[in-house]
Amino acid sequence: MLVCKGLSKKYEDGHVALDKLNLSLPTKGIFALIGKNGAGKTTLTRILATELMPTSGKAYIDGMDVVKDVAKLRDKIAILPQESRAVQWLTPKQTVYSYLLYRGFGHKEAMERVDIALKELGVENYKDTLNRFLSGGMKRKILVATILASDANILFVDEPTTGLDPISRADLWKVLNKLKKDHFIFLTTHYLEEAEKLADMIGILDEGKILGLGTLEELRNKVKYQYSIRVLQKNFVLKSKVGTVIRGVDGSMQILTSAEDADRLSSKLIKDRIKFSINPTSLEDIFYYLVKKPIEEDTYES
Amino acid sequence: MKVNKISQLYASILVNAIYAMKNYPITLINTLLAPLSILIIIVLVSHGALLSVSIEGALIMTMVSGGVSLQGDLSHLKNDFKLQDMVVSSPTSAFMYMTGMAISEIVYSLPAFIVLIVLAFMFIHTTIVGALIIFVILALMFAFSIALGFLLSTLSSDIMQNWAFSSILSIILTTIPPIYYTINYIPLPYRYIAYLSPTTYAAEIVQNAIGYLPLKTSNLIADWLIIIAISIALFVIVMKKNRWRES
Repeated sequence: MLVCKGLSKKYEDGHVALDKLNLSLPTKGIFALIGKNGAGKTTLTRILATELMPTSGKAYIDGMDVVKDVAKLRDKIAILPQESRAVQWLTPKQTVYSYLLYRGFGHKEAMERVDIALKELGVENYKDTLNRFLSGGMKRKILVATILASDANILFVDEPTTGLDPISRADLWKVLNKLKKDHFIFLTTHYLEEAEKLADMIGILDEGKILGLGTLEELRNKVKYQYSIRVLQKNFVLKSKVGTVIRGVDGSMQILTSAEDADRLSSKLIKDRIKFSINPTSLEDIFYYLVKKPIEEDTYES
Repeated sequence: MKVNKISQLYASILVNAIYAMKNYPITLINTLLAPLSILIIIVLVSHGALLSVSIEGALIMTMVSGGVSLQGDLSHLKNDFKLQDMVVSSPTSAFMYMTGMAISEIVYSLPAFIVLIVLAFMFIHTTIVGALIIFVILALMFAFSIALGFLLSTLSSDIMQNWAFSSILSIILTTIPPIYYTINYIPLPYRYIAYLSPTTYAAEIVQNAIGYLPLKTSNLIADWLIIIAISIALFVIVMKKNRWRES
């Protein structure tokens, strides 16, 4: 289990990144932590990965205290930090091999693990090419290969797909999905689609506090509404109570609503020949509901 | 799994020296040129009279440059590649990482060392005690510069800062001090500026050991005490201020 109890982090400049955060989740599969920029995702990741000291509170990973049991914990964890880059003057093989030496492997075992990891990531043909000549997606894969090659079974992966094209991103998702079978992956991202597709558990962090935690289905239940209706017509006015309304900057309307109201409203919209789309509530809808706050609540006939 | 400490040391040496030299052989020439170029100029200007002093000066410069390079390399790997973050969350300790990085600077400077040591054997005539003194001073200067480099790297968060630190360190440690020549060549009022740098004291001791600079015993003892005191003080500061796991 990963447990945080009243975990807080206040930086020297007074900024409070984590505010008495409580969290409890199983250390299996992929846990995605989502939040706006500056929500505290990287701070939480760095504290759990034993890089940063908390100001107060406790955090445990599989019973090990992240402050007191550092030596034991560091045998079991590995991190791919936010904005990490493959060292340019190394080749992929040298990158993975040197990291394994840092983890304390001997030459023979490290070399065996390098070959397996690079093959696993599909980059073995580039193993002797300097990192600086590889594409952005390839460089990211090399970094994933470094932590994959290690014996750590708890991986912290901080915004691994930022700046990648959709194909490279999808490639990395495949890798992470494969990895989750025998690793616990603590993934931070601000791509909601990424969290939705990959995560077994999702946490929504805002201003240093967890606003929502659970599976996608559990989070859907948290916002009460199961469907999202998007009305494309600008400045459309609802004439009945249907749920929670979020109005986009372009004037379009999104309505989070229950199954019965979704049925009723969609029938009416069809009858009135108003264009709309209807989908199950997405993580994005939930995120906006919890973080951004709806503009209009429980709209009534105007 | 049993952690192999030698592997952990070797990792830094590979990343920061061996792989860099292997993948970019031009770096071998670069490390050689800096100390040798000043040596050649001094020897030419002095018509060979300062040859042995210049060789020991080049050795001191090579040692001190290790620390200057270390602060840049550490900051580069930490801030631009986040390698240090990955290592902090691994079984490698701060001591193993830093020791490996320090050794990597010596390995990186090996081309210069080899040439300078051959030259020293050929042109510096001293006793075994003199050779021992040179060795101890070089080791002390290396330890001093490495500690300084490590301290500055933990304080810096940007490559612009690193460049500024490197330039300032180079001027204070290798340009102002009279390491390629004796301090007598500097006019008296300006000698006091040279004494602001610890390398001046190191150069005086070495120049005395090879018979170029006669010094009173009291001055010699003072030089030793100053160098040892500065090195110890710096190590104490490093132990207190270094930030492996950030707070």
